[in-house]
Amino acid sequence: MLRCEQLTKTYVSGGRDLTVLKDITFHLEPGGFLAIIGPSGSGKTTLLGLLAGLDRPTAGKVLLDGTDLGALDEDDRARLRRDRVGFVFQSFQLVPTLTALENVQVPLELAGNGGRTGGASAIEQRAMGLLGRVGLAERAHHYPAQLSGGEQQRVALARAFSNRPRILFADEPTGNLDARTGHVIVELMGELNRDLGTTLVLVTHDPDLASRAGRTIRLADGAIVSDSRSGHPVPA
Amino acid sequence: MSDLAFVVRMAWREGRAAARRLLLLTVAVAAGVGALVAINSFTDNLRESVARQAQALLGADLAFQSRREFTPRVDSLIDSLGGREARTVAFGAMTYVARTSGARLAQATAVTGSFPFYGEIVTSPAGAWAELQRGRNTIVDPSLLAALGAEVGDSLTVGETAFAIIGTIVSVPGDVGIRSAFGPRIFLAGRYLDETNLLGFGARAEYEAYLQLPPGTDPQAVAEHYRPQLRPDRVRIRTVADDRERLDAALTRLGNFLGLVALVALLLGGLGVASAVHVFIRQKLDTVAVLRCLGATSGQVFAIYLLQAAVMGLLGSVVGAALGLVVQQALPALLSDLVPVDVVIRPSWRSVVMGIGTGLWVAIVFALLPLLGVRRVPPLAALRRDFEPVAGPREPARWMALALLAASVLVLAVAQAGDLVHGLAFSGSIAGAIALLALAAWLLIRLARRRLPAGVPYVWRQGLANLHRPANQTMMVVLAIGFGAFLLATLFLVQQNLLNELDVSSGSEERPNFVFFDVQPDQHAPLDTILDAAGVDRAPPVPIVPMRILSLRGQPVSVMLADTTDSDSAPRGWTLRREYRSTYRDSLTDSERLIEGSWWSGGSGSPVEISVEQELALDLGVEIGDEIVWDIQGVPLASRVRSIRTVDWARFEPNFFVVFAPGALERAPHSIVTLARIDDPALRGRLQRIVAERFPNVTSLDLTMLQAAIEQLVGRVSLAIRFMALFSLITGVLVLVGAIATSRYQRVREGALLKTLGATRSQVLRVVFAEYLALGLLAATAAVGLSAAAGWALARFMFEVPFAFPVEAIAGVIGLTSLLTVCVGVWGSVEVIRKTPLEVLRAEAT
Repeated sequence: MLRCEQLTKTYVSGGRDLTVLKDITFHLEPGGFLAIIGPSGSGKTTLLGLLAGLDRPTAGKVLLDGTDLGALDEDDRARLRRDRVGFVFQSFQLVPTLTALENVQVPLELAGNGGRTGGASAIEQRAMGLLGRVGLAERAHHYPAQLSGGEQQRVALARAFSNRPRILFADEPTGNLDARTGHVIVELMGELNRDLGTTLVLVTHDPDLASRAGRTIRLADGAIVSDSRSGHPVPA
Repeated sequence: MSDLAFVVRMAWREGRAAARRLLLLTVAVAAGVGALVAINSFTDNLRESVARQAQALLGADLAFQSRREFTPRVDSLIDSLGGREARTVAFGAMTYVARTSGARLAQATAVTGSFPFYGEIVTSPAGAWAELQRGRNTIVDPSLLAALGAEVGDSLTVGETAFAIIGTIVSVPGDVGIRSAFGPRIFLAGRYLDETNLLGFGARAEYEAYLQLPPGTDPQAVAEHYRPQLRPDRVRIRTVADDRERLDAALTRLGNFLGLVALVALLLGGLGVASAVHVFIRQKLDTVAVLRCLGATSGQVFAIYLLQAAVMGLLGSVVGAALGLVVQQALPALLSDLVPVDVVIRPSWRSVVMGIGTGLWVAIVFALLPLLGVRRVPPLAALRRDFEPVAGPREPARWMALALLAASVLVLAVAQAGDLVHGLAFSGSIAGAIALLALAAWLLIRLARRRLPAGVPYVWRQGLANLHRPANQTMMVVLAIGFGAFLLATLFLVQQNLLNELDVSSGSEERPNFVFFDVQPDQHAPLDTILDAAGVDRAPPVPIVPMRILSLRGQPVSVMLADTTDSDSAPRGWTLRREYRSTYRDSLTDSERLIEGSWWSGGSGSPVEISVEQELALDLGVEIGDEIVWDIQGVPLASRVRSIRTVDWARFEPNFFVVFAPGALERAPHSIVTLARIDDPALRGRLQRIVAERFPNVTSLDLTMLQAAIEQLVGRVSLAIRFMALFSLITGVLVLVGAIATSRYQRVREGALLKTLGATRSQVLRVVFAEYLALGLLAATAAVGLSAAAGWALARFMFEVPFAFPVEAIAGVIGLTSLLTVCVGVWGSVEVIRKTPLEVLRAEAT
């Protein structure tokens, strides 16, 4: 489902090269659940960005669902995300000028070119269904500013699943939430992963969340220091 | 550390990083101050020039002026004053050059004596002026030579006399450049005037006697002394001081008006200031909260940011003043044709200081309102980031800031307009226009908040939704762009409607475009033969009978003119002094409308019935049934007012103050006006030559040339106004650029988010396009709607011309304004397209 080979990312900072990821290689099966953990500055978010095709690696390659991201230009990568990838962010990242329902519809509408081809009512029905699934059907016409943090993250989750992604990337999805709300989100993600067979890749500091993953990769200084399955670490 | 020292030090430390963010404030103020300093400094230059050249403008100490030859009594009175004397007679005359067969109507001045006593008429070759009196010589405008295809040395026929062209005019003191467009001037010696035979019956001329008084005589005292005595003789007296006062007032009005247009730019800049400070303060919330946590009072924090805004405003004002002095250099090119003095351009330090002061003040009062929010940021906000700093609606300080803002606008407007009524009207109009534009913006934001039908493509819905994003600049951009477009569109509408009214070339109405004046009764038949031979269509001949008022309701005019007591009911002086050129006919024309009384049918009895034009009736104080006795070449004729009518004077047609019923004037001495429609310019030129040769006293006027001259004049005036209005549009664009710059970070994040969710660059670009197209369309449409109302009101009430709305041109204005907005918007959003989506994740990770 997801394969990366000798992935390296170097930034130029203050005239010096700064390598934030070194020679990362791993492979994740369809339907898998991977947690990437590590201290601040270890390169977790950069790795997630490269896996999702949000930036280009300095060296190495990423194969997402069989497609080599390096062979695609920016717009092709955007289309790939639109069709096969879902995202959840630490600070929710809802579009503030759209209602909850409209936010969930965005990926569908981007794909359906404004609902002209996909059928506007079908899109709305699906979005409403997802909002119902995360328990927010009655808040569908509220703007993000009118929702609590937990509610916003649930909308973000509904949005992430709206295009039936083959793989979901989540960056500290519970980082801005209290423990109880975070727990609800974790439960929901697990449920969606199970029910829809979506592959999950998430970056987290939360040991509880990491422990639910079938596989955990620990990063330090831009390199994999351990790769464990079902709680049994495998030396990198 | 004292309060003040802390505030200044913090403002400085904080300001080092803030300067870039407050740059919008600086440029917004700079453009407005630039326009203001340029026009006010130039107006000061004009006033200085008038003061310096006042004596040369008149050319003498004192001038006597009359529409008819001075009576022997006036002549002897002028002679009795002593000193040196010169006389001029000014009149319209057909000129003709046999060598080139060119003919052209000119404004002739016959000069007797060594005029001018002050100043100099500069000629080419130099010294030709002194030669003028030595024989049948003439000095002419260069434009006449060009029109006739003639050159110096040619013989110019004026009336029945040939004059040698000995030079051209380079400059005449007090002359307005554009005047030559209305008819080139020629000068000749007074003693040959009679030979031309041009001042025969019905001819119009202006007679002037110029005096250089003996040393020690006060011209003003002489004028005051003789004015009442000469009033019954219909003689006006002008002095240098009179002329200077009149000119000063006129130029000050011009300067004030253009200054008001510049003030609009500065006030728009004020909106830019408010916008910049609003966004700046939002970005400073953390710092403010931390400062409050560390013990700074709300007053200290407020003072820190007010000081920063003031310093940036001062910087903008200084830059603007410097810019203004550069722009000032360009103004003579725009305005010199319209002013009668040679302007010496130099910086007016008074205007510079006033401009900087005004700019600084505008920056402060417009910054106050958004800055007030700073006082309400609690230390707690350092922990809670979602705090929104708005001044509470009931906060007294907010009302005080608003009142101060309104009072400042009012004071600035009154100061710039030069009088209270105009200042109030100006502030009122600005407030009204801003209120309507704000209403339009508010409606747009409301509309954007409504859920659009699902059938509308996503990118359009997202673009429209962006108009109400948090901290949006929709209101500011609509105001800024809209106001600039409103000003320019209004000017354009007024100009178009004025010119439409004067258009004689449009074929649809077949209006006459050629007029023969002063045709004597015995010339009428031969002229008809010439015109018939040329196949020229023409209207029936219009007889013109010159006359003056002898008595009104039994009271002699000489008695009324000698009465110096001011009374509201007394007729206005001009109505009694003027020579009326009246006609008689049995029907109304297209340009007339009866508003009181009735039209006559058939002939008239005695006294003869007349119809009086509305404004004249008002100034003369006559009503239906009143009796007026006329002096027609010495013969009295009694008449009774039967009707009052309005006249559309803007039409190029023979219009009359007084129309007589047929039956009484037929045998009075008269001349004839013949109107014709001649579409072929070559034929117009040929007829002008033939008629000038055969009937030298007949003036043939090509209305298409007059129309061109008026278009040139209107064009010059509106170019000057448009130039000043352009500063408003520039400020509007700067505010737009600023608005885009200040929301840059937010839009980059939004763009990255959309790309992360799978939007292509083209989709993101279309979202940006939709947002700015909606903004531009709305601002332009609202502006055009406003300008239609303003243009209609100006056309209807000020210029009294019918109002037409040029749909295509106005659609062009909307299109251009929207295009400008979209271009600036998309240009400012390049970064949104360019940045990789990882931006979002990295920004979060840090």
